[in-house]
This record gives sequence, C-alpha cells and structure tokens, in this order.
Amino acid sequence: MDRTETDFEPTIVAMVCNWCTYTAADLAGTARMIQSPNVRLIRMMCTGMVDPKYVIKALLSGADAVLISGCHPGDCHYINGNYKARRRVKLLQEILPRFGIEQERLKLTWIGASDGNEFAATINELTKRIKELGPSAAKSTMVI
Amino acid sequence: MANRIGVYVCHCGTNIAGKVDVETVATYASGLKNVAVARDYKFMCSDPGQETIIRDIRKLGLTRVVVASCSPRLHEKTFQNACLRAGLNPFLFQMTCIREHCSWVIEDRDEATKKAEHLVAAAVNRVNHHQELYSRKEKVHPDVMVVGAGIAGIQAALDISKAGFNVHLVERGPSIGGHMAQFDKTFPTLDCAACISTPKMVAVSQERRINLLTYSEVEKVTGFVGNYTVTVKRKPRYVNENLCTGCGLCMEKCPKKVPSEFDEGIGKRKAIYRNSPQSVPNKPVIDVENCTFFRKGKCRVCEKNCPSGAIDFTQQETELVLDVGSIILATGFDTLDPTPLITYGFGRYPEVYTGLQFERINNAVGPTGGKIVMKNGKAPDSVAIVHCVGSRDVNHHPYCSRVCCMYALKYDHLIKDKIGHHVKVYNFYIDMRCFGKGYEEFYRRVQEEGVTFVRGRPAEITDQAKTPQEEGKLVVVCEDTLLGRTLRVPVDMVVLCTAMEPRKDTAQVARVFGVSQGTDKFFLEEHPKLGPVSTATDGIFLAGACQGPKDIPDAVSHAAGAACQALAMAARGEVTISPTTSWINPDICVGCRICVGLCPYSAIEFDERRHIAVVNEAMCKGCGSCAGYCPSGAAQIRHFTEKAVFAEIEGLLDPLHRIIPAAVVDDLWSSKMKQEA
Repeated sequence: MDRTETDFEPTIVAMVCNWCTYTAADLAGTARMIQSPNVRLIRMMCTGMVDPKYVIKALLSGADAVLISGCHPGDCHYINGNYKARRRVKLLQEILPRFGIEQERLKLTWIGASDGNEFAATINELTKRIKELGPSAAKSTMVI
Repeated sequence: MANRIGVYVCHCGTNIAGKVDVETVATYASGLKNVAVARDYKFMCSDPGQETIIRDIRKLGLTRVVVASCSPRLHEKTFQNACLRAGLNPFLFQMTCIREHCSWVIEDRDEATKKAEHLVAAAVNRVNHHQELYSRKEKVHPDVMVVGAGIAGIQAALDISKAGFNVHLVERGPSIGGHMAQFDKTFPTLDCAACISTPKMVAVSQERRINLLTYSEVEKVTGFVGNYTVTVKRKPRYVNENLCTGCGLCMEKCPKKVPSEFDEGIGKRKAIYRNSPQSVPNKPVIDVENCTFFRKGKCRVCEKNCPSGAIDFTQQETELVLDVGSIILATGFDTLDPTPLITYGFGRYPEVYTGLQFERINNAVGPTGGKIVMKNGKAPDSVAIVHCVGSRDVNHHPYCSRVCCMYALKYDHLIKDKIGHHVKVYNFYIDMRCFGKGYEEFYRRVQEEGVTFVRGRPAEITDQAKTPQEEGKLVVVCEDTLLGRTLRVPVDMVVLCTAMEPRKDTAQVARVFGVSQGTDKFFLEEHPKLGPVSTATDGIFLAGACQGPKDIPDAVSHAAGAACQALAMAARGEVTISPTTSWINPDICVGCRICVGLCPYSAIEFDERRHIAVVNEAMCKGCGSCAGYCPSGAAQIRHFTEKAVFAEIEGLLDPLHRIIPAAVVDDLWSSKMKQEA
C-alpha cells in the first residue's frame, strides 16, 4: 500500500455481539448517524466467542485496529460471555506488543442495543485515534 | 467441486442505490472467486427479487447465496426461506448489511461503495465455508407464565385462559390489580376504575385455568424457548388462605398502624392488612417488619380474634418449580419520587401531593373516603396541577410519560365536579399531549369547564408570601411562556404529575429473565416498530408499562398482543431451535476440561471413558464461550467456525492488498478457469 502518513485511512475490523452492538449499529444506521467509513463489522453471536486468534489474524492481515464490542456488563444475552471477552482482551493486550502491535489497536467497549448514538460516537472516536496513531507496523513487517 | 455462488445486491429503492453504486458492487462481486452470478435489483426482498434467487439456484445450480442489502436482523429469514423454497439449505446463505452500516451512515459515495465491496467480498469468502445445518424441533410446554398481575398481566392471563391454555400468574404483592386498582376514575370516559377492573380481578381468581400465585416472586429461570423451568418463591402470608374467610376482624383488632403503601403513604394500614376491600384474593397478609409479635414476641391479637383460626405464625417460605413454554413479563412501572426536585417542596409542604396520592384522595375507599380535602379536612379553594414532573426533563427522564396530560385533565374535571365550580384549577404544562381516542375532546370539555392552563414549567413552589393574598398559601412561581410574564399563583393544594419510570429493580429482573434494558431502563423490545411485544430472548414477551409508559388502553392492547404471541407458540406445539450450537471434535479434544468450566449453561459434560468433552446440544445455546477459548481448537460453533470467521476477515482485508485492479485479476482467474476446464 502506497499510503502516505497524511492521507492515512485506517481499516478497522469490529467484532460485535449480535444482541447489543450489532443492533446498536443498525439503530445508528436507521437514525442516519453519519460515521467514518473505516470500520467493517463482523457479526458474532457473543463477544465471548471471539477467539484471540481472530484478533491477531485481523491485525496481521492488514487491519489497523480491532474493536470488540458487546453488551454492558451484567446484560449478556448468554449470561457472562462479555466477561470472558473482557478477560481475553486484557490478556491479549499484554501479548500484542510482542507482535509489534500497540495495545491501543485492540479496543473493547460495551454498547447496548439502544445506544445507537454511542455506537456512532465510538466508531468516529476510534477512527480518529487510530489515524493519529498511524498505520500498523505489523502490516509491513509481518508476512502471513 | 468448487462452489457456485450467487450474489445479489439490493438497491432498496434509493436507500442503498442513492449512496452506493450498486452496479459497480455487483460487477466487482462477479469477479470474486467462485461467484457464478452477481446481480443488482431494485428490491431484493420483493416477490420478483426472491424469485430471481430461486430461479438462479435452480437454473444455474447455485450452491451458495449472498445477499447484500439491509440488516440480517430484518430479512435474513426472508432470504433463507427463499433458498429453502429452491431446495438449498438455508445455512448456505449469507447476508451482508450495506444499508444500515453503509449507505445510511457514510456521506461519501465512493467510500460507501468501497465499503460495500469489502463487505460483499467478506460475505462471499465466508459463505464458501458454510455447512448444511438442520434445525431441530422441540415440543413447547403448553403452559404460560405471566409475571405481574396489574391490568396488563390480568388481561394477558385471561386471554390465554380463554383460549384453553393454563396460566401461572405470579404477583409480588398481596393482591392483584396493580396501579389501576389505586385509581378512582379513568380518562377520558370517566369510568369508575374499580367497576371495570374488579370484575377482571375476580374473573382471574375464579378461572380454573389460571393458577394465581400472589405474594410470590420469580427467583430463577432456566431452560430455553418452549421449555422454561421457573422457580417461584412464595412468601409466607402467615394467614392460611384455605381457612380465612376475609371477614377482616384481624385487621380491625390489630393494634399496630403504619403508613399504607397502597394509599401512597397518606393513609394508614395495620400490620396485618390487605390493599383494599376489593383485594383479590381477599385475604390479609402479616407484614413481618411491623408486626408486634414478630418484632417483640408477643401480641397475637389477630390470632385470638380470628373466628376461623386462619392465622398461622409458623408458615415458612416455600419454593415452587413450574414448567412453562413461554413467559410474559408484565411487571409494570413505578412513579418518580419527587423529593429530589426540591424546588417543588414535596415532603416539605404538607399540601403538595403526587399524582398517585391524589388518586387515593379521590378514591372512594381511600383515606378520605373519596372527598378532595386537605390535611385540615377542608376542601381546597384553589389547586395547582404541575405537569411533566421528572418527565421531558434531561435531569431526570428525557422521555414523555404519556399519561400525565390526560390524568391532569381528569383531576381538573374531578375537582370541579366534586368540590364545585368555584374552585380555581391551574394547569402548568409544557405541551398538552392528548393523542388518543376521545382525548382531545376531553381536553376541550375540561377547558370549557373553566380550568386555567398556563404554559410554562414552574420554577418554584414556595410558602414565602409576598402579598397578603399569598399568606398561608402555597405560591407557584412560573413564567407564562405565552404571555412572556412571570406569574405568582397562590393555591391551597399542589398536585405533581410525576413521571412513570421503570421499577426500581428492573435490572435485577432483567437478569433473571435474560432480557435487556433500553436507554431509559425499561425492558427492551425486539424491534421498536415490528417487534414491540417480543424480546431478544425467544419465548419471553413484554406486556404493559414494563416496556415503556402506557395508559390503560395501550397496556391492555399490548398485553393482548403478548398473549397472542404466547398462544401462537403454545398452539403450534413446537418450536424450531437453531442448530448453531457448539461441537467438540473428539479427534482433536485433549480433555483439558476448560470448556466444561466456561459453559454458562452446563451444556458440556466430560466423558471419563474417552477422556474428552462432549456437548449436550439440547442445552447448548451457541454462545461460543468454549470455542473462543479451546486451546486445541476442538470446540467449534456451527455457522461461526474458525474457517468461516478467518475467511470473513480475509475477505474484509484482502482488497486492501490488491495491487493490480480487481478486473485484471478476475480476467486472469477466468482464463485460468477456462484452461482448467
């Protein structure tokens, strides 16, 4: 990719829970809340099924950041899947620097089904933050 | 043999085509690996749209289908059924959302088109790894549980029992009836609330198909749609319901008086009490916290005076386990406590009442016997009614509580009717919202009765008099926004139309039943327009004000809708259970047992003989906790397998790495295919 720092448009992969954040994304869409186009959603049934491998795979395949988002704590459709996600993300953030990836490139948030505006805000904010951070080094250094 | 994928890009009128260049997306898709056909069409969900898919599956021998249109939460089933009609397994279908997540939220046409292309590429990549799955059918237990016996719960229970199915009606309080039982009249017809609700309450108690469980709470819910097991905690009444005749002698003799919750604290009740003489069941309960016997060990006055020997201090809490097919939540609402709105002086000035307190003052069996009087026993000469207390207020509840305008008008009429035309009634409102059948007409009628309407939210209610006329009165300080002038209105009594809000323990109840709460903390429906009764949890429905503020007709119709949904399941007798459950590959599993501990549904057992973990598919709900962790990769969620997700990620990110234009790659690819052929 021949992108320069100035016109850097990050690619962000979001793995979101079907019951909360995916619904919030739909709501943000229905309400026409303009969002930066850099985020691509992958629908999961629960953040608890997000295997750390998926995150690493995405980051090594060219994503500049990964967003994992699920139901608010205590509100999981599957009782406690989001707590499991929280634990995994925490551990994963410890490991990422060893791949040459900044911890900030993996973000975990809770966005409930009715939080359409929060979804749009999160997307815009994250895109802005990753733009500041610049392209992921993993893309150029790692060969998959 | 390679898959033959059909890709269909929907215009959705101009909803998608207005921002996304759908033709470009379809052309791009036609160049992707394994894509046999890619089309764009005005409305894919329409009959001709679905027919196109069916025809292509049959004629072109498609083995996979991708539709790029709206959210799969809206139309995934529609297209899965189209595949099914053409003889293709519905799980060989993938939908990607280029409307809600693309055309509606991206301003730039090129960016939106690019994102749509990436999403289509991901879907095409993923669908290659889909496997045929078969839903299983489960029997539905015919019984239904209704939680909460206010007017909504009562309506739902009666409707279900009328259809010939059994209902367990669980109510937390000692009597059924809910808030409606506290009212005197209902708007706009001025029906006597008791006259229309009491017969329904009695019908509930007499209907043999309704198992009425008052003074009970649901403690635990397990199982899945059609087969829920509910544990109900039955609190001890300390009164033997079979022996008690409801004569009321115990309550008469009980020496302990406390403020009555049913009378909103303005009336008194005894430590052994029932809500009102219309209570159903008409049997009292002993309130342990206030009963002298339970607190000090002696008294037993009620026991001595009971002619039928029904008092039983030895009763214990019991647990009841019930099997039901579906559950209707009708847990109702609370009203906002206006004490924190200190400028209104509730709790400080004795003549400031909440709406519900005023209902009790009006009620014939209330503390004043239905007479509108102040604490000194005299009728007020002037009354201020303050609208939107805690509603439409960003500091409390931003939403409109829907009922306050109308019950305020009802109070206006009742005051004029009961005390006399000379009474001055002032309404302080922001907007009058009289949206229902006969509501606007009622507004007009009340205006004609000589009620004063002041547009503006009061700033303060004070007893600090500035003129002799204000002496000994409450003064409502307000800006009349129509006149643009500050007013000081001296009145004898103030009624605060307090907001309807979710029950205090909604979060805990939501957790027990596995339903979500919306931004305003009411229970969240499945879809605001098309699924206002169902929740994201199959087989759990909502009725009445637990979903949002409602007046009586709305709550009743909502409840009838919920009853209908529950009946549809019970009458059909079976439900389709999604096959997207977990599967542990016995050849890979090393028997570490991590998944066993992670499973929130205890659906994974350990097979000691083979030393592997085994999934009980009847209990698995497909959350993927096991698959997300399994160190060996043995645990996989069907339809969300590692291969499928990896393919989806690659599909999303692959286009980034394309150095040569896609068309060239596709040409190379097709020539290669030709050579191979």
